[in-house]
Amino acid sequence: MSSVTLIDAINLALQYEMEQDPNVVLIGEDIGLNGGVFRATQGLQEKFGENRVIDSPLAESMIAGMSIGMSTHGLKPIAEFQFMGFIYPAMNQIISHACRMRNRTRNRLTCPIVFRAPFGGFIHAPEHHSESTESLFAHIPGLRVVIPTSPERAYGLLLAAIREPDPVLFLEPKRIYRLHKQEIDNNGIALPLDTAFILREGSNITLISFGASIVETMQAAQELEQYNVSAEVIDIATIKPIDFETILSSVEKTGRCVIIHEAAKSCGVGAEIAATIAEKALTSLLAPIRRITGYDIIMPYYKMEKHNMVSTTKIVQAAKETMEY
Amino acid sequence: MQDYNEMLQFLDKDGKLSDDAPDIAHQFDTLLKLYKAMVTIRTFDHKAIALQRTGKMGTYPSILGSETVSVIAGAVLDKNDVFAPYYRDQGTQYLRGVTLTEMFQFWGGDERGNNFHNCKYDFPCSVPIASQALHAVGAAFALKHHGKNNCALVSLGDGATSQGDFYEAMNAAGALKLPVVFLICNNKFAISTPIEKQTFCKTLAQKSIAGGFDGLIVDGNDPIASYYVVKQAIEKAKKESIPVLIEAITYRLSDHTTADDALRYRTQEELDNAWLKDGVNRLKNYLIKNSIINQHDVENILSDAKTEVKEAVEKYLQIQLQDVEDLFDYHYANIPTILAEQKMELKNV
Ligand SMILES: Cc1ncc(C[n+]2csc(CCOP(=O)(O)OP(=O)(O)O)c2C)c(N)n1
Repeated sequence: MSSVTLIDAINLALQYEMEQDPNVVLIGEDIGLNGGVFRATQGLQEKFGENRVIDSPLAESMIAGMSIGMSTHGLKPIAEFQFMGFIYPAMNQIISHACRMRNRTRNRLTCPIVFRAPFGGFIHAPEHHSESTESLFAHIPGLRVVIPTSPERAYGLLLAAIREPDPVLFLEPKRIYRLHKQEIDNNGIALPLDTAFILREGSNITLISFGASIVETMQAAQELEQYNVSAEVIDIATIKPIDFETILSSVEKTGRCVIIHEAAKSCGVGAEIAATIAEKALTSLLAPIRRITGYDIIMPYYKMEKHNMVSTTKIVQAAKETMEY
Repeated sequence: MQDYNEMLQFLDKDGKLSDDAPDIAHQFDTLLKLYKAMVTIRTFDHKAIALQRTGKMGTYPSILGSETVSVIAGAVLDKNDVFAPYYRDQGTQYLRGVTLTEMFQFWGGDERGNNFHNCKYDFPCSVPIASQALHAVGAAFALKHHGKNNCALVSLGDGATSQGDFYEAMNAAGALKLPVVFLICNNKFAISTPIEKQTFCKTLAQKSIAGGFDGLIVDGNDPIASYYVVKQAIEKAKKESIPVLIEAITYRLSDHTTADDALRYRTQEELDNAWLKDGVNRLKNYLIKNSIINQHDVENILSDAKTEVKEAVEKYLQIQLQDVEDLFDYHYANIPTILAEQKMELKNV
């Protein structure tokens, strides 16, 4: 057991799987000697050599495209994009090839790749470093999109992502990379993908979130206790495909629901959840579904960034209004 | 110093063999095999267009005019090398073991045509221009990583050399010292865009300078020079574990695809002149001149090709449509619940 942060947990999982599986290779910009800009791959090149921890040229489409060729031919690449805002040159490779190769070849060629990228705002970085465009990816057939929110889940979900036979976009909430430490057992046990986690049980209202907003969501649940509101908190974790079973049974139990995410509201993951609840559990609802999300705006430069972040106050407010409806 | 401007040619368009021609010029068994494959592909091509015209196949890009170098690449590659094609690589694919039926099936809009049974590790045709170059680099990395003495060969059109992915692939293959052969089929056009509008570079071979490796230019309609250059490039790539680029000069004798009308942007006269350089005829005349085949053999070879293509068409036309389930079943190894539900929904429509 060791007490680690979320970023340490990622490093541990990478290291564990590289030791177990010689076909696992890392590729990305500055991931070797430098250990990655957030140090996710710290020490790994030293340990596994330059052929398994590849410092790539500065070209994202190349990183994704090469990963595709590696994966169809026996390797398990884990590609790092420095920031989510720099994945876009690779979109073509991801959408047009990585996610389609299995279907296109009727299972003959497959792409077991993990695309890792830090995402989300509030680290006071320049433009393009604070993106939450996960729903672009959640829209793509053939892809999985997985987001951990604690060291334990980062470790277990990353292991699962690496072992998955299909491409996984693993988005890391960089704001909480070093927020908490947690005791984890470096035992190589994976957590399930496509599965939501109930972080807190409750009976009056369901708060559904993912990514760094889980922090505010948990705080809100805590605060709601003082108003005698028992809130259940669900971390969706895999936003594509979403575990609706867990969500629906919670909403059927509580009858109320607030969905929280940092990304823009329109066509965000919250829209998908709300639509599915409306389709399948409308009659269980005692109040309209609420969404607390970013606005449909370009992420402001960091001075004004906080206006586009979800806050505990907003969540508590929405939850109280839902209770009083 | 490498000469990035000189086009290698041993057998000129009038069938004259130069004195310094390499051994392959006299390996008539091989040349005859190549000729037969070229005729088969030309026959296939002709049939594919006919099927499209009669509504039995989708939009199709003819390979007319590039069969020579295409077939040769397929002949020279080793079974365990990896081929990353674009959509105009019927010759190479055929010699790699992709069946004519699979090709009809693919162009007939059926994914199962990509489930190659004979060359399981080759990529299917890539449609987004130049993107496949990076797949070849990745595959070459994997080959090298696994200690195999094989290479990856990627085929691209001239237009593809304007894409970022092409430069990224060259750069990475160079930086990582990977055995990748970039085979550019310069058929002078990217749809309607002529090569002069595609680049200010004198040659496409010189683009390899940016990647730090050799670029060779060959007459892609000259079977002797093409065979020699492709073989040398593949051997060099494998031996030294480095990339090599080949610019094969051809001419697209067809429309871009069955949806195109090339006479909107080029003249009949230009086309007629290009036919004089055709590689398939050049090889035929060379074989006749050396008494390897006669006119009668030429006819037999063509009729064998027609039989082979006809059988493939019959098989193709008999293939049953896929079940609607198939539209869902190949997205993930294990189908997610939502997708399973949508699948039921469509099934029950
Ligand atoms: C990324 C991308 N952009 C545009 C197209 C549309 N398109 C299809 S073929 C083609 C021309 C390609 O020309 P070239 O690379 O010279 O190959 P050729 O077709 O001449 O063999 C274009 C623009 C595409 N397939 N992919």
